[in-house]
Amino acid sequence: MIPEIGHFALILALCVAVVQGSLPIYGAAVGNSALMAIARPAARGQFFLVLIAFGCLGYAFAEKDFSVLYVAATSNSQLPLHYRLAAIWGAHEGSLLLWTFILTVWMFAVTLFSAHLPDTMRSRILGVMGLVSMGFLLFMLTVSNPFERLIPAALDGRDLNPLLQDPGMVIHPPMLYMGYVGFSVAFAFAIAALLGGNLDAAWARWSRPWTTVAWCFLTVGIAMGSGWAYYELGWGGWWFWDPVENASFMPWLAGTALIHSLAVTDKRGGFKVWTVLLAIMAFSLSLLGTFLVRSGVLTSVHAFATDPKRGLFILVFLAVVIGGSLALYAWRAPRVGLGGSFAMVSREGMLLANNVLLVAAMGSVLLGTLYPLFLDALDLGKISVGPPYFDSVFAPLMAPAVFLMGIGPLAQWKKANLPDLAKRLRWAFGVSLVTALTLPFVMGKWTPLLSLGLLLAIWIVTTAVVGLRERLAHVDGHGLAGRLAAVPRSYWGMLVAHCGIAVFIVGVTMVKGFETESDVRMNVGETATIGGYTFRFDGTQDVVGPNYTAARGTFHVSWDGRETTILYPEKRRYPVQNQIMTEAAIDPGLLRDLYVSLGEPLDDGAWSVRLYHKPFVDWIWGGCLIMALGGVLAVSDRRYRLAWRKQEPAVVPSARTVRRKVA
Amino acid sequence: MIWLTLLIVLVSGPAWAGEARPLGEDPAVEARLKHLAIELRCLVCQNQTLADSNAPLAEDLRREVRDMIVKNMSDKEIIDFLVERYGDFVLYRPPLKATTTLLWVGPFVLLLVGATVLVITLRRRARKVVDAPVTDEEHRRVEQLLAQGGKHS
Repeated sequence: MIPEIGHFALILALCVAVVQGSLPIYGAAVGNSALMAIARPAARGQFFLVLIAFGCLGYAFAEKDFSVLYVAATSNSQLPLHYRLAAIWGAHEGSLLLWTFILTVWMFAVTLFSAHLPDTMRSRILGVMGLVSMGFLLFMLTVSNPFERLIPAALDGRDLNPLLQDPGMVIHPPMLYMGYVGFSVAFAFAIAALLGGNLDAAWARWSRPWTTVAWCFLTVGIAMGSGWAYYELGWGGWWFWDPVENASFMPWLAGTALIHSLAVTDKRGGFKVWTVLLAIMAFSLSLLGTFLVRSGVLTSVHAFATDPKRGLFILVFLAVVIGGSLALYAWRAPRVGLGGSFAMVSREGMLLANNVLLVAAMGSVLLGTLYPLFLDALDLGKISVGPPYFDSVFAPLMAPAVFLMGIGPLAQWKKANLPDLAKRLRWAFGVSLVTALTLPFVMGKWTPLLSLGLLLAIWIVTTAVVGLRERLAHVDGHGLAGRLAAVPRSYWGMLVAHCGIAVFIVGVTMVKGFETESDVRMNVGETATIGGYTFRFDGTQDVVGPNYTAARGTFHVSWDGRETTILYPEKRRYPVQNQIMTEAAIDPGLLRDLYVSLGEPLDDGAWSVRLYHKPFVDWIWGGCLIMALGGVLAVSDRRYRLAWRKQEPAVVPSARTVRRKVA
Repeated sequence: MIWLTLLIVLVSGPAWAGEARPLGEDPAVEARLKHLAIELRCLVCQNQTLADSNAPLAEDLRREVRDMIVKNMSDKEIIDFLVERYGDFVLYRPPLKATTTLLWVGPFVLLLVGATVLVITLRRRARKVVDAPVTDEEHRRVEQLLAQGGKHS
């Protein structure tokens, strides 16, 4: 019964989506405020309907209802409750429901924070989002219904993929989807502006916070996925240029470009046409990411679904959304005004150059990800495009982008003076260069990449310091504290996010340069030393978990004869799917991680063991979190709060409220 | 503390067995194997390099590569051998040939095209734009719009 309620709620949601996607847009076109007024209640209604569906699926999982095909396929009676709930998005159908649910969450948020928008704009935005959600609901109801029954019911479920039975997997997909789907808001804003022909600075101001929030979620989501791969896959890597990782990284690159482009459109009215294109691009790449992961065209750790019908549906949907929006773009964009003039050497120019680099990088990732698919489809041979390719293509594109990142914020709008910039930045450059060249020698090893990485990281920080100092000289305020407080939050946000990149670069550089690993055969009682730490293997014990059995090793780790920690890596066997999982044990630290994973059992209780010493590896994810924090700071800026507080219409009954009453 | 450590060492039995042996005999061979294996694909895995994989088949292939290194074959000879047996699929760095030209030059063409379009557009734009039409007037309008909400629609 409960699954049928969920199914029914989805059908109703589809009906609401059809209404929401058509009438308000039509109403906006003909100026009918009654039709426009449908948008808000429709969006809220859709949210509640999809929430009901989501709750029903969650209930089916919690109650172990194995007469629901999806529940039987992705969970098991032995699976603990929190993983049963996370199994909602453990495979194809459920992750689509999560996608749609999050889309309606964003819609609901738009209805809450859009009182300051003109009616036409709001109804167009919600209408466009309704169209997107219509596509997804239709997809679910036709070819991937999560509520499909299994009659007779299975005695027990086939269990969740053990790789996903991890706390990280409980939060990573919702975070990632919040980011992916969040770009739909920026997309809807852009399409609405194109439809209405009012692509102006106000449009940019409105989209900015939405885009930044989505970007923050995506950043955290990607970082969590990478962290999950690091500790769950058991071989210590943190980024594999796996097609699925690329699928989440491409919207991030486009979104990053979009944030910067929006800043210019907001402040200077320029780049409108380009900004709109980026908004379309970011969301299209999110859709493409969903398609890549969910259609099964990729064979990778994440692609669980394989069904050509679904692939075809998403492909058509993709073609309609991307093709449609690009057609609208081609039709409307040429009429958009140009905005203010600026010289090539100016903050605008540098932001544009950075945008070109980011988009070229995004294009390279796209090329590398899709190329093997195309070759295979055209029968031109099977090739693999992997980390060596991406590393050698991506780094040369990003290095200049990071270099520009240091200069851009210091350049004046409209026209910057190069000799003047050079003068203001010479100390930053000198300090960066000298430190980057000498620091590796102090640490005992020099490679060109090590120096380059450090140079870029220190460059970002020193230029941020220069920028902040100049800024402080120009704001009013009593004393240093007062002046620091007077610097707007959006500026702090920018500085913090940029410094997050620096932290990230330090992490990557140090791990690549200084990590050590050792594959050893360890008998009970034997020791192995890595990075100055001595690991003593004290044998394994058998452990029984809720739905697995494991051999758990004990490793005493000491530094200089003093015990640092005890690590318990596991080799788990999940009987339902008969899968062996390696659970690495990690001792995290600010300056280094110690990482142990069990290989294979050898004779006499000995094991093959992998040990890693990974300096600064946590800075990689720390950097991502700092970036996201920067985004949060920027969104909390005064101007946005003011804009949202303006929504109480009680003070002055504006034309809008009056009109609504009439309607 | 020392006593405690000593006690743990004594209690845990054959703790005197000493230093663990590396899995491979010769560290120089292992270093070369690692160097090669990070560029090779584990053929049965979903998406892993040969260096990272724990699959039995990867284990076998690693042993084979190790044997070839011990036999003093050059990197090129080893890679040629593997490509002959498994095709280009085994290489994570696709070789530059007719079908992969676009893959290798693509990114830089993209950058070049992007940069050219950028410069041309800016030049043309500089001629078209009279002077800052989005100035204080527009800003005021924006502020007004943001302040007054839906009035302007």
